[in-house]
Amino acid sequence: MTEVPKANAGRGKFLLGGFLIVAAIVYLIASSTQATAQYYLTIDELFAKGEAVGDRDVKISGVVDGDSIQYDVKNLTLRFTIANVPADLDKIEEAGGLAEALHIALEDTQGKRLDVEYIGVMPDLLRHEAQAIVTGRMGEDGIFHADELLLKCPTRYEDEVPLQAVGG
Amino acid sequence: MVANIGYYALVITFLVSIYGAGAAAYGALKRKPEFVESGRYAMLLTWPLLTVASAAIIWLLATGHYEIGFVASVTSNSMPTYLKVTALWGGQEGSLVFWAWLMAAFTSAASLRKWDRDRELLPWFIMVTMITLAFFISLTVFFENPFARLWLSADGQQVAAMLQPTGAVPLNPPDGRGLNPLLRHPGMIIHPPALYLGFVAYVIPYAFAMAALITRRSDDRWIRITRRWTLVAWIFLSLGLILGGRWAYDVLGWGGYWGWDPVEIAALLPWLAGTAFLHSVMVQEKKGMLKHWNVVLIILTYALVIFGTFLSRSGVLSSVHAFAKSAIGPMFFIFIGVTFLVSLSLLINRWEMLKGENFLNSMFSREALFLLNNFLFMGILAVSFWGVIFPLLSELITGQKITVGPPFYERANGPLGLGLLILMAIAPLSAYASSSWKTIGRALWKPALVSLLVPITLYFGEIRNPIALMGYTVAALVAFVTLYEFWRGANARNRRHGENFPLALWRLVGRNRRRYGGYVIHLGVVLMAFGIIGIEVYQTETQATLSRGEQVTLGSYVMTYDDLSIFDTNDGRNVARAVVSVYKDGKLVDELYPRKDYYFDSQQAVTIPGTRSTLEDDFYVILVGLDPDSRSHATFKVYHNPLVNLIWIGGVVFIIGTVVAVWVNSDRRRWSKASPASAITQA
Repeated sequence: MTEVPKANAGRGKFLLGGFLIVAAIVYLIASSTQATAQYYLTIDELFAKGEAVGDRDVKISGVVDGDSIQYDVKNLTLRFTIANVPADLDKIEEAGGLAEALHIALEDTQGKRLDVEYIGVMPDLLRHEAQAIVTGRMGEDGIFHADELLLKCPTRYEDEVPLQAVGG
Repeated sequence: MVANIGYYALVITFLVSIYGAGAAAYGALKRKPEFVESGRYAMLLTWPLLTVASAAIIWLLATGHYEIGFVASVTSNSMPTYLKVTALWGGQEGSLVFWAWLMAAFTSAASLRKWDRDRELLPWFIMVTMITLAFFISLTVFFENPFARLWLSADGQQVAAMLQPTGAVPLNPPDGRGLNPLLRHPGMIIHPPALYLGFVAYVIPYAFAMAALITRRSDDRWIRITRRWTLVAWIFLSLGLILGGRWAYDVLGWGGYWGWDPVEIAALLPWLAGTAFLHSVMVQEKKGMLKHWNVVLIILTYALVIFGTFLSRSGVLSSVHAFAKSAIGPMFFIFIGVTFLVSLSLLINRWEMLKGENFLNSMFSREALFLLNNFLFMGILAVSFWGVIFPLLSELITGQKITVGPPFYERANGPLGLGLLILMAIAPLSAYASSSWKTIGRALWKPALVSLLVPITLYFGEIRNPIALMGYTVAALVAFVTLYEFWRGANARNRRHGENFPLALWRLVGRNRRRYGGYVIHLGVVLMAFGIIGIEVYQTETQATLSRGEQVTLGSYVMTYDDLSIFDTNDGRNVARAVVSVYKDGKLVDELYPRKDYYFDSQQAVTIPGTRSTLEDDFYVILVGLDPDSRSHATFKVYHNPLVNLIWIGGVVFIIGTVVAVWVNSDRRRWSKASPASAITQA
């Protein structure tokens, strides 16, 4: 590295080697980002984008409507509706914190909602006013088919606790 | 009363640490040793003061003073006392105090050493550590005060504040919300302190490095003084990471141990920089090279320690779509930015002073391979860091949030990890200064030939996944090379001194603990690699809703659902506990009790898996759904995790290896001794 002296005859090959390794790492990062990156959208943004998202997987965040939760235990089919929550931090602050913002989002009957279907286990944290982050794609039937379901409860989930992840 | 004592102890510690930093620096600049001494006393005072503050929190927690906001948020009446005490690090406010308390303990311990030869480093050591300490305490004093009392304000809002807001009435809740049930686990009791110890201990080598730069010491005294500190820090960081994985496996109930969660990565980043440092520091000790790079690495490790604390504390990551902003986010940002820039400009200012004493001249010399090792660790660090900040960057630049998940990390870090494994096989056979492809090849061909048996055997055992084959072959090669090194060294002693083999092995390790401790660590990594490849490539899962007596099949296992009982416990839980029988190849091998605990105080359920654990594999059952009325059927998720236990066994070996390495040799000869590697490779 920095220790390579100016007069060293072998300097070139070390510089070249270092350069190649750095290039390989940059390539790994770039290509992996390209191959695995997902849009992270609110429900409003998802509807606004529409076709533009294509058949790529997307991540959608929203708040769970407790009354809509249906679970078919036999077939492990979970259906529920999430309501749009603004992604804008200032708006969340304005509402008085995330818990309040989630509450307000559900009160708003005019806001955009998204029906979600998830095959798998019903997570413990799935309940009214929990924040859900679903990863999957929009179906022809207008239902969002999630492969991964992530839930957060703003009052309980603090600090060190990794998110409860299921599926995926 | 107690809350006030605790709070004022924090305030006084804050003032004392600022005074200590100022007095020490002033004393050094004006050559007034009495000020330095005064600064040192101030530093020694911080630990008793923080002990008072911590004891006050613990007392409030243990005696159920729910009028204190922090106490109400992390404890409840139904919690056993030991959990109430350890709730100290179960929430933001308490854990910051705990962090500061550990740091004060470490810096005080470090300042009690004999400073004879290094007097001039002392004031700057005091300054750097006391500034860091003052920063952390300021967070608790001004933003995240663990002693803030709960009030009901005039407009009916619940607020936490030290002083009574106008018109507010004191609030005295009869019970608290209780610690997050996921944290009520033995792994969670030791995991955070282990990580914190690791984080905090890295402040000490950083402080010494800065002191060396400031005083223009161009020797590597700072590295030698702090070698044990860096290893101690590294042990705790490694232990914290391993325990965290174990906790996730036991409690989170998704059949895995590492999910590339930003909070996990936050702890991994300083570990990666610290591991690179452990390796490259040897090059400086032996060859007087890489001096700038080692300073960069220790600055980076320190900055990443602060960054990791920042990530898990400030809510900046989850906040983008989740949490409200925490006031301490910007504070951390400023602190990291300022320390990083100041440290780097100091390094640039002293650049000429740290000229290397040797040059790289062989591609296969040990120093070149150590450098390559550093490149790979930095690569993994870059990948992981990029994954964490990419969503923030993309939102900042394009206004569109784009995220990356575990597939990104696996895809990008996989090849780099394999590269590290390959290096682990080659580097121990290299010598400083002059190795060539030929000398390494001569030492490598025997173990390489033996390790080729591994993929051949696996191939005929129906294991044909190319990633698994490649990974297992390289891991086996590392194991053979490392064991061969032990054998070769012990054998040489056996011939030269006539010692029997176990004694020769014992003395071999005893004479060069860092080297052979390092090899034991490598063997731990090999075991972990075997386990990780096993579970990552060959994990299978299924899920089913079963009526009583029905069964589900997964691989060679069959599981039947026998019974379900639901009952309340006297520690505030409602437990649903299923009984399942596990059959392997038609024979009953185990009975498991996966369960779901519902905690009344926090209104949250925790799913505890039932696991049949053998060296070969884990059969891991989660009770995910049940019909509370009839109890006639229940839903299970079942995982088959091959070789997962090798991860934990490897973790234990890893820690043992680190302990061997940290156990300092009794003689000082090793500094002057030539590398035994050169003798061996030429043999």
